[in-house]
Amino acid sequence: MIKLNNRECEWQEGLTVQELLKLKTFTYPRIIVYVNDKIISPEDYASTIIEDGDKVKAIHLMAGG
Amino acid sequence: MELENNQTGQPFLKEYSYDLGVLDRGYTNRTLYINVGSYKIKEKPVTPLMKDKFIGGKGFGLYYLWQAVTESTKWNDPENEIIISSGPVGGITQYPGSGKSLVVTLSPLTNMPIDSNAGGYFGPFLKFAGFDAIELQGKADKDVIIFIDGNKGTISIEEAHGETSDTHILGGQLTEKYADNEEDRRNIAVISTGSGAEHTNIGLLNFTFYDVRRKGIRLKQAGRGGIGTVFRDKHIKAVVIKFAGVKGNLNHPVDQLTLNKTGIKLHKEIHDLDNAQNRMRKIGTANIIEVMDQYDLLPTHNYKFGAHKDTFKIASDVFISKVTQNSPDGCWHGCSMACAKAADHFELKTGPYKGQKVTIDGPEYENAAGLGSNCGIFDPDAILELNFYCDTYGIDTISYATLTAFVMECYENGILNQERTGGLELNFGNTEASLELLHQMSQGVGFGKIAGLGIRKMKAYLAKEFGADPQFLFDIGMEQKGLEFSEYLPKESLAQQGGYGLTNKGPQHDEAWLIFMDMVNNQIPTFEDKAEALHYYPMFRTWFGLNGLCKLPWNDIAPADNKLTDEPAKIPEHVQNYVDIFNAVTGKAIDKHELIRQSERVYNFQRIFNIRMGFGKRVHDKLPYRAMGPVTVEEYVSRQERYDKQLTELLDYDTTGKSTEEKIKVMRDYRESQYEKLTDAVYKRRGWTMDGVPTVEKLRELEMDLPELLEVVEKNM
Repeated sequence: MIKLNNRECEWQEGLTVQELLKLKTFTYPRIIVYVNDKIISPEDYASTIIEDGDKVKAIHLMAGG
Repeated sequence: MELENNQTGQPFLKEYSYDLGVLDRGYTNRTLYINVGSYKIKEKPVTPLMKDKFIGGKGFGLYYLWQAVTESTKWNDPENEIIISSGPVGGITQYPGSGKSLVVTLSPLTNMPIDSNAGGYFGPFLKFAGFDAIELQGKADKDVIIFIDGNKGTISIEEAHGETSDTHILGGQLTEKYADNEEDRRNIAVISTGSGAEHTNIGLLNFTFYDVRRKGIRLKQAGRGGIGTVFRDKHIKAVVIKFAGVKGNLNHPVDQLTLNKTGIKLHKEIHDLDNAQNRMRKIGTANIIEVMDQYDLLPTHNYKFGAHKDTFKIASDVFISKVTQNSPDGCWHGCSMACAKAADHFELKTGPYKGQKVTIDGPEYENAAGLGSNCGIFDPDAILELNFYCDTYGIDTISYATLTAFVMECYENGILNQERTGGLELNFGNTEASLELLHQMSQGVGFGKIAGLGIRKMKAYLAKEFGADPQFLFDIGMEQKGLEFSEYLPKESLAQQGGYGLTNKGPQHDEAWLIFMDMVNNQIPTFEDKAEALHYYPMFRTWFGLNGLCKLPWNDIAPADNKLTDEPAKIPEHVQNYVDIFNAVTGKAIDKHELIRQSERVYNFQRIFNIRMGFGKRVHDKLPYRAMGPVTVEEYVSRQERYDKQLTELLDYDTTGKSTEEKIKVMRDYRESQYEKLTDAVYKRRGWTMDGVPTVEKLRELEMDLPELLEVVEKNM
């Protein structure tokens, strides 16, 4: 299990940031991703492995209206 | 000087001339009053109190409306006014999104003040012509056109002859009529509405400006709350303003250099980052159609659902292919965000203009979501045609869409049938029926006349005439305070329920859009967190409306290093930009905290205005349950896994063996209690009593303890 935006979330061995975003259908273009409080750049999403117990944040910035 | 005689041989009812005056630090220090009933025209000074406490824009609108009406004034009384004002920053050309006009009147939908904003050139032209605001009062006995020549310093009230009121024709005719030649057309701005505003309560005000590239008019709308209905009730056909000579320093700012530097910084940001962020230059606000669907937030079938299998048919890329030129397209000079879009040479398939090839402004996200998915329509051409007719008829697309979705659900529930609708098969997805309903509204005939009343009055009608269950109608009729909801699904985000419900004018998302922050990001988990967001964001966003600014350049683009800031959601660099441009224009020295206080003063004034009119208390902040949770079995079942899990985890409720109806009831009790707790927290944060009345202490703290406000507040404690 990991924490995603402070909620319990399923985890599997080798899960990357890119796969997690796809799994959650987080398709919004303006997301800031943190793994254990460290910002992950979009170019590193595919290579960043999330470990069991990690705290991940995927912060969507407001827009619209 | 008043000229009682006709100077030109034209059928002037009144002509008036004025000194052009001086625009200094964002203000002309003068406003214009026109009574279309008595033809009285006069100039009024802008007082220090107005500038200190109300700033401009909708602040001035609310201030003047308060003076004009009493607690018993109705929207269609001659005393009601329509006030249009830009604001001290409005009209600058250095910073994107600086051409907004703010409109205020008593609404036929809510019976209290409504404010709505529009792009286009009218507000800035009015200021350059010499006036910080225009008040329109009275009721003419025949249709009139008001013409302001901002270069000559003349104002005329003329009898309107023969012109249709539908804007795509009238706007073009008046632009041509009042321009000296083709080159001069860019100097004309028109406000008008359309035939639909004459027969419904949801009339809008179109702001027409001339598009040099297209060699035709474009429209932006002050859409919400029935302002166009008030406009036509006053028998005003149009207000035309002419001003030649727009340039970057007309506001006479104290610090032109800061304006230039701040503007260039944002232009560069938009140039470098927009394509990777929200693609505002490419497709405008419609960029989020499929995003909303993917996050289960796209209103579908009268807000029952948040997604649909056919959304791909109306996704943003579909509309990109229909928008002509595919090039940036702004609604005021210097706006590099340029999110206005238009489809040209669109051949209409229905209605009085069938066969004509027209330019359609849009679609905006709200139009696509409302006219489309919320009514079960996934045909992009149908959405464009509905969009066109709403605009030219002067009908608010959001209210039209939301009330049509309501009508469709009533139809599918047997509350309405073909006999009751005069033959219209108003099932979800019936494009032809939706278009026919709209055409009926424009003429005030058939079921369109009933629908045009708006959801609140329609609910009463359906209960009285057809014996429909008032509670069910209340649950599914997506209006609050009389205003139809805009097009986001709030039921899974408590903070967004507050963003819609705990508002001054009704459920329009321009106060607070917190769905991502709350539902997805889980950034504001406690009531206090939500209350803080429901204090800060409504106050921050109110400020745009005081200054003639558009909200979009604030957070539809963000600096590359925004993610490194303490509060990325606020876009701190852009907040500072606004502080800087305000100070650069006015010469004042506000900071980001004073910016919020400026808004708080006007926000609390508007709340007290609502209370004065008999509304604006806790009871008026209640929401229809469709905005908060699943009303029907069909809705619950569509998200059963999610809802069952919530009942188990949040309430320790064992769902085993329970009927869906039982679970709906438990869920409802819980969610309604959550909204009440949120209301408590928000009122406390805003400095209001638990009945929603601003306290005397709060007014003193804001230096808004004006005698007339204290009188209302003390009477309602």
